[in-house]
Amino acid sequence: MFNRDRWQEIFQTIRKNRLRTFLSGFTVALGIFIFIVLFGFGNGLKNSFEQFFLDDATNTLWVYPGLTSKPYQGYKANRRIEFENKDLKDIKDNFNFFLEGITPRINRNITVSYRGESDNYLTRGVAPSHQYIEKTIMMKGRFLHQDDVKYQTKVVVIGRLVAEDLFKEENPIGKFLEIGSSAFKVVGVFQDQSGDREERLIYMPYTTRQLLEKNSDKIDNFIVSFRPEIGYASAMAFERQLRLFLKEKKSIDPRDNNGIRIRNVADQLKQNQKFARVLQIIVTFVGLGTLIAGIIGISNIMVFVVKERTRELGVRKALGATPKSVIAMVLQESIFITTLSGIFGMLSGIALLTNIQDQLERFFIIDPYIDTLTATLATLLLILFGGIAGYIPAKRAARIKPIVALRDE
Amino acid sequence: MISIKNLNKSYKMGDSSLHVLKGIDLQVEEGELVAIMGSSGSGKSTLLNILGMLDLADEGEYRLDNVLIKDLTETTAANYRNQFLGFVFQSFNLINYKNALENVALPLYYQGFGRKIRQQKALEYLEKVGLKEWATHLPSELSGGQKQRVAIARAMASQPKVLLADEPTGALDSKTSNEVMALIQKINQEGKTILVVTHELDIAHMCKRIVTLKDGVIVEDKKVDQIIVDTNVQ
Repeated sequence: MFNRDRWQEIFQTIRKNRLRTFLSGFTVALGIFIFIVLFGFGNGLKNSFEQFFLDDATNTLWVYPGLTSKPYQGYKANRRIEFENKDLKDIKDNFNFFLEGITPRINRNITVSYRGESDNYLTRGVAPSHQYIEKTIMMKGRFLHQDDVKYQTKVVVIGRLVAEDLFKEENPIGKFLEIGSSAFKVVGVFQDQSGDREERLIYMPYTTRQLLEKNSDKIDNFIVSFRPEIGYASAMAFERQLRLFLKEKKSIDPRDNNGIRIRNVADQLKQNQKFARVLQIIVTFVGLGTLIAGIIGISNIMVFVVKERTRELGVRKALGATPKSVIAMVLQESIFITTLSGIFGMLSGIALLTNIQDQLERFFIIDPYIDTLTATLATLLLILFGGIAGYIPAKRAARIKPIVALRDE
Repeated sequence: MISIKNLNKSYKMGDSSLHVLKGIDLQVEEGELVAIMGSSGSGKSTLLNILGMLDLADEGEYRLDNVLIKDLTETTAANYRNQFLGFVFQSFNLINYKNALENVALPLYYQGFGRKIRQQKALEYLEKVGLKEWATHLPSELSGGQKQRVAIARAMASQPKVLLADEPTGALDSKTSNEVMALIQKINQEGKTILVVTHELDIAHMCKRIVTLKDGVIVEDKKVDQIIVDTNVQ
């Protein structure tokens, strides 16, 4: 292997047979390059997929009121269902085993101003557990407390972009915002990974919102989070029971599907994960296909190369080359070329992926990457098969009697 | 130098078999220049291939320089070929991407010589065949006669005991044939044992002894008056 003369012999054959060398090297480099880029793109697709679906907590049920579609217990159809504070308390009392948190939402679009700067923002009356459900990240200050709800305090937590718009460079914590006709103290600034829309929100205690609306006890809708450890089946059971409970409470026909709508994130997540798995399978399949195509390509070229060299190998044998030295020469040359071009293809593929980052976000490919292990393994596989593909015809060529190889065509 | 007794060889052709050599006995002493003659199908090339260990006999005894050649593995055959034999082929069989010097140096590579010695020796043999100035030329830049002389230099470079030439002039015109035969005669005069397979009578008469094969048996074996080729080999 480290015989200097043999290396010289190999370098000479490589130098003098540029087309052949180029063809086999190019096949290997291209094969591994395409594999790495495809695999990386697949991972990029998965990345953007996860960003779309996995931003919010997944152990949640989103409950919305609707219009009934069937008459029931003396009520007419098309009755509007409303939720109130008491519903939250009843759910807490009845489903304590499943429950982790519950938060209402009361959305209001209101003009908000601070020292002459003003704009229209969506304010949202919520409970403290909303922070966990929405995965709100605090940048400054704190989120709402249970005491804020209890005492109906006039405090708000504002989104990053609200703070930027209204306070510019100023620190908003402790400052007072005019919301509608009341002054609210800013106690926190948050960010949210879901994007700009979420960061233009203002959170306040839902009880404070109700106080401002003539001490009403109505809520728009609410979100229930269940303990994640109860598992998928129990989550589905919880959803069914909750639906029945609410229907009975609001006097809705049990067969009426329109009075109350429940969105189960866990169920959605399960379907999304299934989709992600299918995506992964497709990516792996395409990657394997590319790799196999590369292997077939290099095998073809190696067969061709050995065929082309049959006569030369015959001459070498007549001049005293042993079969072993013939095989070693062909093999060493092919492994040398495949290794070099394999590494080249791998590195250029990785370089391309690294350079893309978020430039292909339009096509839902974010941060495409390939882990080093997969990349190295694929390259080694291609080199290995390149070697085997070279070995088989080389062995056959070494076994051919020189007279056969030298026979005039 | 060469001693063969009762050599038999047949080739299987499907169900039937073709008996090519039917009991050949031949003695060749050191320093002889023997022409093996015969029409195509007479078995002369098969005989040469067996002598060259490129092919194996079915039956019979073959001694080369008192070494019994028998039950050869590919590897030992390769080593014997490298030590004992030099080949000259009708179609030259130079390696087309190697220049004249590298072609001549190739058997020395398989003998395990270092690079410097290989080059020095190869150049020496190229000079012997009058092609020192052509050392760096590729085979495609040489004429047929020059190619065959490079091939002869290559065959000689490993200092074999016997030189085997299979129709060495078959692909050449008469003028260059004469040049090549003159070179072979010169090498023979220096003491090398040479066997030349040919079907041309005038080439055969440039040797010292003619063995004629017909249908796998030796029909004639005679010493002849050698016609010395008088050509100026540069």
